[in-house]
Amino acid sequence: MKLIDIASFTSKSLVGAKTRTALMILAMSIGVAAVVVLTALGEGARRYVVDQFSSLGTNLLIVFPGRTETKGNMPGMLIGETPRDLTLDDALALLRSRHVKRIAPLTLGSGLVSLGRRNREVPVIGSTSDLLEIRHMTLLEGRFLPQIDPRNAVPVCVLGMRVKEELFGSSQALGRWVRIGDRRFRVVGILSAQGQSLGFNTDELAIVPVASAQMLFNIPSLFRILVEARSRNDIPLAQKDVERIFAARHEGERDVTVITQDAVLSTFDKILRALTLAVAGIAGISLAVAGILIMNVMLIAVAQRTREIGLLKAIGATGNQIRRLFFFEAAILSLVGAISGWLLGEFGAKVIAGLYPSLPIAPPWWAIAAAFATSLATGVLFSLLPANRAARLDPVQALSRR
Amino acid sequence: MIRLENISRLFQVGEQTVSALNEVSLEINPGEYLSIMGPSGSGKSTLLNLIGLLDRPSSGLYTFDGEDVTHLSEALQAKVRQEKIGFVFQFFHLIPRLTASENIELPMMLAGIDKAERMAKSHRLLQDFGLLDRASHKPEQLSGGQRQRVAIARATVMQPRILLADEPTGNLDRASGMEVISLLEALNAQGMALVVVTHDPEIGKRAKRQVHMIDGKIVSGGS
Repeated sequence: MKLIDIASFTSKSLVGAKTRTALMILAMSIGVAAVVVLTALGEGARRYVVDQFSSLGTNLLIVFPGRTETKGNMPGMLIGETPRDLTLDDALALLRSRHVKRIAPLTLGSGLVSLGRRNREVPVIGSTSDLLEIRHMTLLEGRFLPQIDPRNAVPVCVLGMRVKEELFGSSQALGRWVRIGDRRFRVVGILSAQGQSLGFNTDELAIVPVASAQMLFNIPSLFRILVEARSRNDIPLAQKDVERIFAARHEGERDVTVITQDAVLSTFDKILRALTLAVAGIAGISLAVAGILIMNVMLIAVAQRTREIGLLKAIGATGNQIRRLFFFEAAILSLVGAISGWLLGEFGAKVIAGLYPSLPIAPPWWAIAAAFATSLATGVLFSLLPANRAARLDPVQALSRR
Repeated sequence: MIRLENISRLFQVGEQTVSALNEVSLEINPGEYLSIMGPSGSGKSTLLNLIGLLDRPSSGLYTFDGEDVTHLSEALQAKVRQEKIGFVFQFFHLIPRLTASENIELPMMLAGIDKAERMAKSHRLLQDFGLLDRASHKPEQLSGGQRQRVAIARATVMQPRILLADEPTGNLDRASGMEVISLLEALNAQGMALVVVTHDPEIGKRAKRQVHMIDGKIVSGGS
């Protein structure tokens, strides 16, 4: 029997039982679509997190006060041991390391930025001129914070895109004075639109020199210190140096935490990849269910087509030919189901991507390949039993039925 | 051409062993026309199934054109059926989703013959059997007589040596039954051996050789 004849014969029998065929294809395509959509979501989440971390800067170390550790005695606060604050001098001391390229101290607060009667509550960051490079920010116009001794409080500020638009509209903002909290600052630059990055919307920011921010919020300490290592290879060395410098400055206490962006990134990467795989596995179960459904329906088909199978045998079909016919039928069903499920899944991913534009949702190629392979494998595997049953049918009995 | 020697066929029904055929011997010559008659349960259908290689005897020897076909593998028996035997059934057994022409092509399709050749052959048969205008009709759009003629066309398309007809008129009215019988007889006149199983004596009597069976035994007309 020729392949083209097998194909036309089986497709005719599939078209002949429209509801049955449609239901089986539906089951298969739902399974495949589930795999495609869910892995697309997982992969989207992973890429989102990775992108967010990369947009933070390169070769970055983040220093924050306090350290999680297990101690034998009472909690530190009860015996008068609290983590020391990070100070501006601490930050500047880090520049002594050969492996540190530049640093940016960070103070964070929330301030009311006002121009005339318009005002807007925004996060205010106090930092230095190096923040621009470290955080990969770009300016739309003007310049960034001046390169001065960070201990000097200069009344200048850089505004995020959104803040500028809300306060000034389309009119010129550079050189004008705004009030932040109870102080006046001159606008020297506007950040270009960058959007969300690690929960911070840089469009909704005001950046002032670190000393000014400390005065504004009346806090002597720093929130974080961002440290940029000279190169990727310098990251662990810089980390050691930073810890050493702090220990020296804090009487031997290791009371700061230094995390590297790489470590965080790879951890997130691993977690989210595992999650995507888990989700794909769960969706895979629905594929197996679809396979079992195919088996059931094929068994019913064999029972319904007993006479036809008997006839085929009478006119010279061998058991193998009959097996091949049912096999092929299952393969066509799975393939059509997989293709329509894939399209359905891609469509679903597109819809979700439309709803959440910030998530880079796209099904990974390996998930599509796996979904196809699984659906074909289950389809063919679960058609083994029905096909064998059909092949072994006794023609006399099959034909004696009306 | 066909030679059955001491063929028995036993069936297990519950605890009991029922003998459907008991030491039957029969010889059929090329181009012969014989009818097998007998009451229900006399074993005539079982005999026909055995001749058609749809069933295997419990004991005995069956040779077709001098070749022992009793112990052939399932695949080789299928090949013998395909090339040498044509079946006509009481209930036609046409595949409902295929057209008349496609039903006729079926044995050729299984044999791996090209579409063009298949269409040419089925076209010729449809023409011979007066069914040309029904070529692309589905079985449900055909009358009983037409269905049986399509089934006969399917049975003869591979030019078998023998046609086996099991109650070919059992599901037809008299007029179309007679049409079918004369079609079968015309094919027999062209040299195809014809075996008709029937319990209708009027049809049985038309055959030159009449085999009567009772209780799994041939009582008259055997070799």
